[in-house]
Amino acid sequence: MLPNRSGTAFKPQHFTALLAGETRPGFIEVHAENYMGDGGLPHAQLSRLRADHALSLHGVGLSIGGEAALDRAHLRRLRQLCDRYQPDSFSEHLAWSSHDGIFLNDLLPLPYTEQTLKRVVAHVAQVQDMLGRRILLENPATYLQFAASTIPETDFLAEIAARSGCGLLLDVTNVLVACSNRGEAPAAYLACFPLHCVGEIHLAGHHDTTDDRGAPLLIDDHGSRISAQAWQLYESLIARTGPRPSLVEWDNEVPDWTILLHEAQTAQAMLDRAANSTKAA
Amino acid sequence: MQTEFAAALLDADRRLPAGLLASDTAERFAVYRNNVVHGLSRALAAGFPAVESIVGAEFFAAMAAIYVRISPPPSPVLLEYGTTLPDFLARFEPAAGLPYLADVARLELAYTRAYHAADAPPLPADRLGSIAPARISTLRVTLHPSLQILRSAFPVATIWAMNTGRMLLGEIADWSAQDMLVLRPHYEMTVITLASGEAAFLLQLQAGATLGDAAAMAMQETGSFDLAGALAALFLRGAIVAVNDQDLS
Repeated sequence: MLPNRSGTAFKPQHFTALLAGETRPGFIEVHAENYMGDGGLPHAQLSRLRADHALSLHGVGLSIGGEAALDRAHLRRLRQLCDRYQPDSFSEHLAWSSHDGIFLNDLLPLPYTEQTLKRVVAHVAQVQDMLGRRILLENPATYLQFAASTIPETDFLAEIAARSGCGLLLDVTNVLVACSNRGEAPAAYLACFPLHCVGEIHLAGHHDTTDDRGAPLLIDDHGSRISAQAWQLYESLIARTGPRPSLVEWDNEVPDWTILLHEAQTAQAMLDRAANSTKAA
Repeated sequence: MQTEFAAALLDADRRLPAGLLASDTAERFAVYRNNVVHGLSRALAAGFPAVESIVGAEFFAAMAAIYVRISPPPSPVLLEYGTTLPDFLARFEPAAGLPYLADVARLELAYTRAYHAADAPPLPADRLGSIAPARISTLRVTLHPSLQILRSAFPVATIWAMNTGRMLLGEIADWSAQDMLVLRPHYEMTVITLASGEAAFLLQLQAGATLGDAAAMAMQETGSFDLAGALAALFLRGAIVAVNDQDLS
């Protein structure tokens, strides 16, 4: 289990600054696929950081929502990483990213039906068997919906958790992005979300634009500071759940370490307030 | 459903998959299309910075947009993506004026492979002293897993160094061929040009030849090849992880 503190995504360019700093993140998170080489500096850095940091391993390539069977070679690589680093958490996405032997390098949407639910539950169970641990599954940032969908996303996630025993990773920015793109209220989505399953929260920057018809189009680009709207949503969320492990992601236009750390400290201050008000209540 | 969706992601001329709901489906589907092509293009740029620097960001992005459709990654391990890019560049008509570009890409591919290669402690240089000179030619050595050799008809190590900020950009006076060694004995990367005969020698060693047989091949390229000197250089560079002789263990 990750600590109920704020953490940061780890980027190799921050290695020295992170270790030299007086303030350390509550935990670090890395993308599993970036550590699938045989050796060298990436593994040396991660081993060093693992020695005194809680670690979240976050997969971005397993294609759990894919129509095809899971990639066994990739599952084996993930198990090797879990065996080597013994992460406090492993998480993946409610999305697909591979099809017909091609990795598409994006988290793609799927329709929510009884049929896709069964498939995702089977895939999550297979991952948990292979890794010998409970995993967390993350809600997606989506830009489109399918006419065939019959189950609301929050119910779909709750059913996956109930049937497979997995936990959920609640990405607040993805909630904001997906709800805005669907014309729904993020607060209403969170009101329906199975909060008791949440093992981790994600926060990231997004890009705010409009489509040709002037409707809001939010894009989850992990390339800027967290928006005021996302912070607000986060604070109202942890007021209900109490403190949860909360990660600041930043994958594009990566800033200096101090800026990333500052975002994590903002989240930590909110976690501290949530802890105090939970105690008071 | 995913077959149609995936095909439309990689082919902008293809009609959108059926069954989508949105106020502006085309523009919203374009977000996914852009994520896929732009994301893979950036993954290539990360692995081939000198190629991008030589052709410029705009040319690189246009080239990558074609390449990712012809050779999308077969695996989610993107640090292995782009193995076929050098051959693609060699045949890429708009880059025909840059005949050395494919070899620059080959050097960058070797660099990435060495960067992620397995760790192995090199033998200390003083270990060489424990080998009886009379035995040298019969021995085989195990080279470091990161070691790679590249032979180019162009001064590719110089071009690469100038386009990755390791050397000041300038006129290249000598356009002779270069042989290169890429190596990562610990965590520091080494890219050096090799003297005549050394590449042939190392390629033979990689293939499992004895030091004597490898030296004979090198000798065919340059009569002045010095086995003892070449071996000492390999030890000093940290290129050797084992000497395969039972008497030494």
